[in-house]
Amino acid sequence: MTTNDIINPANLVYAKPSVLNDVPMHYCPGCTHGVIHKLIGEIIGEMGFQEKTIGIAPVGCAVFAYKYLDIDWQQAAHGRAPALATAVKRLLPDRLVFTYQGDGDLAAIGTAETIHACNRGENIAIIFINNGIYGMTGGQMAPTTLHGMKSSTSPNGRTVPLNGYPLDITKLLAQLDGTCYVTRQSAHTVASVRKTKKAIQKAFENSMLGKGTSIVEVVSTCNSGWKLSPADSNTWMVENMFPAYPLGDLKDI
Amino acid sequence: MAKVKGAIVVNVERCKGCNLCVVACPSKVLLLNNEANSKGYNYSYMADPDSCVGCSACAYVCPDACITVYRVKL
Repeated sequence: MTTNDIINPANLVYAKPSVLNDVPMHYCPGCTHGVIHKLIGEIIGEMGFQEKTIGIAPVGCAVFAYKYLDIDWQQAAHGRAPALATAVKRLLPDRLVFTYQGDGDLAAIGTAETIHACNRGENIAIIFINNGIYGMTGGQMAPTTLHGMKSSTSPNGRTVPLNGYPLDITKLLAQLDGTCYVTRQSAHTVASVRKTKKAIQKAFENSMLGKGTSIVEVVSTCNSGWKLSPADSNTWMVENMFPAYPLGDLKDI
Repeated sequence: MAKVKGAIVVNVERCKGCNLCVVACPSKVLLLNNEANSKGYNYSYMADPDSCVGCSACAYVCPDACITVYRVKL
């Protein structure tokens, strides 16, 4: 059987989800954002929620998420996505409301909004992309930057006396009574992509069931900011990010 | 001989040549093409189509959703 015989709609096993449109994404080659966008598109399509979903876009590389996923979007001021999501969900409780934020948005400028939205137990899902760096602005040090990790504002590596400790905000959010599901995943292998998909799906379901706030942290790469190739970034992430940000469920009730 | 056979179609203009699919493929089917698309990226292609089993590993890890996978049972 030749390749052309196999390429037939009857034999289709995997294709781009229809919720993800045909606009080419602006992300750098190999960026984890693309994988997560694709998963969100697949989940919303499978749940049949395309007309009922409102995403809250952050400030950061994912600010243009509205161009790629054909759902309703609101774009929040820097870090204020959970506050905006609170308003949207309270006004339209039958909609699926989620925020999509990076570590600069969620764990730096938006720490207060994140903590208080989670503490109030708002029925929203928060997708948190953690690459340990400010990707969009040029690879500066973020609160999540690892101890000893080089960035454009810590060229000799982050040091605790000067820069403090890396902020494990997901662990912090798991302590709050308002959160119902807190998990940390990655998206660098087939198995991890599948696990992340299940986690995001569960977070969306929790949001619709009114169980409280769900947080899915995805430990990600920023190969441009890390100055590595996409494949080397994945290896670096496994060796360096995972010991500091171990994968798994932190809370599931 | 393999009991399943697969094939992929790469959306050449969407591909950014990040190489993650090449690394992810367990059958070593994929390579980056020497030719580039209109944006200058060396897009991936099936260098060894006979070895493809349609496992979709390349498509799962593709950040730009440019791979469509087909599979048949022989």
